[in-house]
Amino acid sequence: MLDPVTLAVLKGRLEQIADEMDATLFRAAFNPTIAEAHDACHGIYDAATGATLIQGKSGLPIFVGVMAFGVRAVIDKFTGDNAPAEGDVFIFNDPYLGGTHLSDLRLVRPCFRDGRLFCWLASVGHWHDVGGAVPGNYNPAATEYFQEGVLIPPVRLITAGRLNQDILDILLAASRMPMSAYGDLNAHLSALDLGAARVAALLDEYGTEMVAAALGELTARAAAQIRAEIAALPDGTWHEEDFLDNDGRTDVPLRIACAVTVSGDRLKLDFTGSADACAGPVNISRATTVASVYVALKHLFPEVAANSGVLDPIDIVLPPNALLDAQRPKPVGGYTETILRIIDVLFCAFARIRPDHAYGNAYGTINALSIAGLRPDGQRWVMFSFFGGGHGGNPEGDGLSHGNPPIATAIIPPVEIMEAAYPIRFTQWALRPGSGGAGTHRGGMGAIYEIELRDSSAEAFVFAERARFAPRGVLGGGSGAPNVVSFEQDDGWHTPPLASKVVGVRLKRGQHIRLESPGGGGWGDPAGRDPAAVARDKRLGYVP
Amino acid sequence: MSRGENVVGVDVGGTFTDLFLFDAATGTARVGKVPSTRGREADGFAEGITGLAPLADISAIVHGTTVGTNALLERKGARAGLITTAGFRDVLEMRRRDRRQTWGLTGTFVPVIERDMRVEVAERTLADGSILTAVDPAEVRAAAQRLLDAGAEALCIVFLHSYANPANERAALEAVRTIWPNAHIAISSDILPEIREFERTSTAALNAVLQPVVGGYIAALDATLRQGGFGGAFLIVQSNGGVMSVETAARLPVRTALSGPAAGVIAAAHIATEAGFPDVITGDIGGTSFDVSLVAGGVPALAAQSTLDFGLVVRTPMIEITTIGAGGGSIARVDAAGLLQVGPQSAGSIPGPVCYGAGGDRPTVTDANVVLGRINAERPIGGKFARLDAAAAARVIARDVGAPLRLDVVAAAEAILRVANARMAGALRLVSIERGHDPKKFTLMPFGGGGALHAGALIRDVGLARALVPRFPGVTSALGCVIADMRHDRVRTLNRMLAELDPAALRAEMDAAASSLAALLNRAGMAFTARRVAHALDMNYAGQTHTVAVPLPLEPDGSGELSQARIAAAFEAAYSGSYGRLLPGVPMRVLNLRSAVTGVRPKIDLLSMAPTADASIESARRGRRRVWFDGWTDTPVFGRLGLPVGAVIAGPAVLEQPDTTILIEPGLSGRVDRFGNLILEASR
Repeated sequence: MLDPVTLAVLKGRLEQIADEMDATLFRAAFNPTIAEAHDACHGIYDAATGATLIQGKSGLPIFVGVMAFGVRAVIDKFTGDNAPAEGDVFIFNDPYLGGTHLSDLRLVRPCFRDGRLFCWLASVGHWHDVGGAVPGNYNPAATEYFQEGVLIPPVRLITAGRLNQDILDILLAASRMPMSAYGDLNAHLSALDLGAARVAALLDEYGTEMVAAALGELTARAAAQIRAEIAALPDGTWHEEDFLDNDGRTDVPLRIACAVTVSGDRLKLDFTGSADACAGPVNISRATTVASVYVALKHLFPEVAANSGVLDPIDIVLPPNALLDAQRPKPVGGYTETILRIIDVLFCAFARIRPDHAYGNAYGTINALSIAGLRPDGQRWVMFSFFGGGHGGNPEGDGLSHGNPPIATAIIPPVEIMEAAYPIRFTQWALRPGSGGAGTHRGGMGAIYEIELRDSSAEAFVFAERARFAPRGVLGGGSGAPNVVSFEQDDGWHTPPLASKVVGVRLKRGQHIRLESPGGGGWGDPAGRDPAAVARDKRLGYVP
Repeated sequence: MSRGENVVGVDVGGTFTDLFLFDAATGTARVGKVPSTRGREADGFAEGITGLAPLADISAIVHGTTVGTNALLERKGARAGLITTAGFRDVLEMRRRDRRQTWGLTGTFVPVIERDMRVEVAERTLADGSILTAVDPAEVRAAAQRLLDAGAEALCIVFLHSYANPANERAALEAVRTIWPNAHIAISSDILPEIREFERTSTAALNAVLQPVVGGYIAALDATLRQGGFGGAFLIVQSNGGVMSVETAARLPVRTALSGPAAGVIAAAHIATEAGFPDVITGDIGGTSFDVSLVAGGVPALAAQSTLDFGLVVRTPMIEITTIGAGGGSIARVDAAGLLQVGPQSAGSIPGPVCYGAGGDRPTVTDANVVLGRINAERPIGGKFARLDAAAAARVIARDVGAPLRLDVVAAAEAILRVANARMAGALRLVSIERGHDPKKFTLMPFGGGGALHAGALIRDVGLARALVPRFPGVTSALGCVIADMRHDRVRTLNRMLAELDPAALRAEMDAAASSLAALLNRAGMAFTARRVAHALDMNYAGQTHTVAVPLPLEPDGSGELSQARIAAAFEAAYSGSYGRLLPGVPMRVLNLRSAVTGVRPKIDLLSMAPTADASIESARRGRRRVWFDGWTDTPVFGRLGLPVGAVIAGPAVLEQPDTTILIEPGLSGRVDRFGNLILEASR
């Protein structure tokens, strides 16, 4: 039986391994989406099932939920004569098996102990470019995954310590940015090397049985914790819905509906009534849907430990042919928008179930912008980043201005790093006054980003949402300002026909593209706002 | 030396000012402690020193200060203004688009310079250092005048890409100098010439709000000391554990952000390593805060940047210290939900705990210790008070904690200590368990006036091997001031491919940096036992954004051959050490040159402070008194400094000394080692 202090020590040691793997990848990666924005994650997974056992504190939250599916895909495929061996590393990006989208490369490595598989380590990160129609892979007009990038099924990248050069050659040939891909790949491998060495050292020190017991105990405790949280909620069923602007192909809203049923210590989330799978890339696979539920629950119950135990008492119902259970080859590149909407819907439902913990909606879009061109020497450049917005008002106070999305802990690359790397210049990087939803506690402000092209010509792409349906307030709070995307052409400024999505607009030297991101929803009746806070908003120009 | 060789270390905490005098000629040390006089710190400071030796006889005063830290944490910095590039006034408030915690979307952020005090001017430098738009001096002056009219006492100027070319910032500084009424103006390229605009802006903004506070504080101290006849060197401890001149400190007060705590960690590492316990967690319990730091293998952990609170980022090398608002002066209260809270509000030293009888009317941790008999009300430490008012402390604890929780006064006092100890234990776990260190291998070193009262409870709660109470725990930070080396750092951005780097030009850069840093050492007027010069390059593979620090393989004086091949080899060694896999064939880039010059100061032989041969347990006895340990217990009291080497005292016992009180709880025993440290462990 483990004493509580040893359990706490082992939990810290195991999380430290995942954190150190995160840190190694962040520092050694080439592409800024990993190196600066930390769009990556590491963890330790169950030998038999692939379930998440340990998660780092610095990795991307949405990956926490999907990585278990990634490891599972490797477990299912490599069996019998083809079973994993010491020193193997697998790689793939198939989103229908592993969730999210093609940009996220997953590397999975088995850890053996005394000849038996003890656990899996995985390293996932968002690569700069994996081919397809659009540089950076956010293709709002895709109708099949073939237009989003090259799909790599689970394959052995390393066999018993020996690199399979053929696989590496295919990976590099698929990318517009082969050097970046090469650097990122080596960074992933360094992180896995470090993780394997740390796990071995921990097992030497504490013994295989004690570490295994700790891993089991941590999952059991997370499950018990979330059951206790659910049991404290009133029983009943609550219906909520919200909409995506469009699928990037036709300008028709897509419903995300959920019936939340609390029954004792179990929770049922029934998404019946949600839109069918669509032509464009806002479909998501089942793995992604499950992962987004995990993220929402972790925000609603932050004290519960981060492992697969969280999902233990949760039943998820998906209707046939749903947007939320996409099958290949439906495009899934814009998965972030759909899972953010699922989280918004669940936050609004829980605002009614548990009003004392209600959050207004956060800005609800990833705001992915890529600009791509050719340098004078013929080398391609691709600037790619996600942009921020406001968080919702909440019981503690106003929402945070310019936060990161709930599905990520990603930070934004510095202007100076982006300008040093690409022929662009930011002409504005500012808070967006008036964008926070009104409330007793106001929503946080979104931001205004304006970028000027300094090269002769380039193409710009934007993948965003919340231009037609603004982030909602709770308990009487108002909505945040909706997203506004605009760009300059010879005849002046334009907004795209699909509101939040831009496909391959050609910019000339000196022309600009501008994002005005949504604020968060407000919390409580605006009439209840402290007059001093109202005056301060005015003085600081937060509210025009 | 006519003034003798007396070096005094002074640590001004929120509640007490601690002093440590070392006489190098005789190898002897003296300690002192006086109450801090907040707002009039110079008085307590000078009073404390003259209590040890006449000011005229002192060759150097080294000061660790928490004035800067407190001003930032309590948001009591000066009103400052920021002038910045058009389009970018919100960089400080937008941060790196982060959030307070991963899970749970609450928490907001108020920048130290609010939006109406941030003004834009038309100017623009590009990433390659070329100037797209020159700065207009008249526009900058007008902006500065607006900020002055709005009450700004300090100004920082932060332009985009100034690390690549500081010309626009320098021109703006020149323009403002003519109208700015004080010396509190700075440009970001002087404070931190490094790429990444938020980190540079935040460091510059925190520096600006601290300049009037720290600058004014140091000037007042300096004037008082000089008036009193002091003619030696006056130095300030930096967050990196080295010392700097007062001129540098007034210009770059952001480098004092962790000054006081850093001095304590330097001393703790030295004391614990000498005692044979190089793995220690320091826990400094002062009047207002609890500062925790981990020392592994005798070396304090250094961080390249530190976040003092969400969004308050300082980028300058510092000893890694975790601070929570829990100390002897922390106020206990029962909140609206009926829960007992202790801290972070503090009674400080004015008015201080209720038992001081100086006007304090809220119960504190110290009051609880007095009520439970753990602090001797008849013989308080510090010497300012003849006795403590235990009855008043009991009255207020009964009123504010006992009545709402329906506890008697003893149970209420015990509850206050339990909550305070749990908060401190959490901080210890954060730096050890949560970072993968096993507490069983670590020794807790409590210092500060209140630390030794809580050590027993903390080692039990966290599972630490033992506690080591240094011989003079109340003056550990002051001792650290005396032994800290003088250190000056400089960074310069080169941003070149290694293949294009001319080793001769790099050598010239390094020598220039070393000689200007050495000049700072010379100006300080201190004696050093050795000087060390170290250079490191921040390098990466072209295409990466993060860099690895590459120490150059040079002689201790900084000389030695440089070539592209040697630099490449040093890079590969550092890279494979930190990341693993090398990338043969990928070109290497050199981003920054970092130079550091260290003047090594004499270390104190701690045996010189050990108990004398005539000490004995019997002569150290000071009678008995009632102390609460799950019931009132008749407890022996000893004079700690009178205990001989090798003495073992089983709990329950109380050891008293002028600067602290040590509690040996039942089940623990204390052993005096050869230096006079007390080793507190579970009784066998």
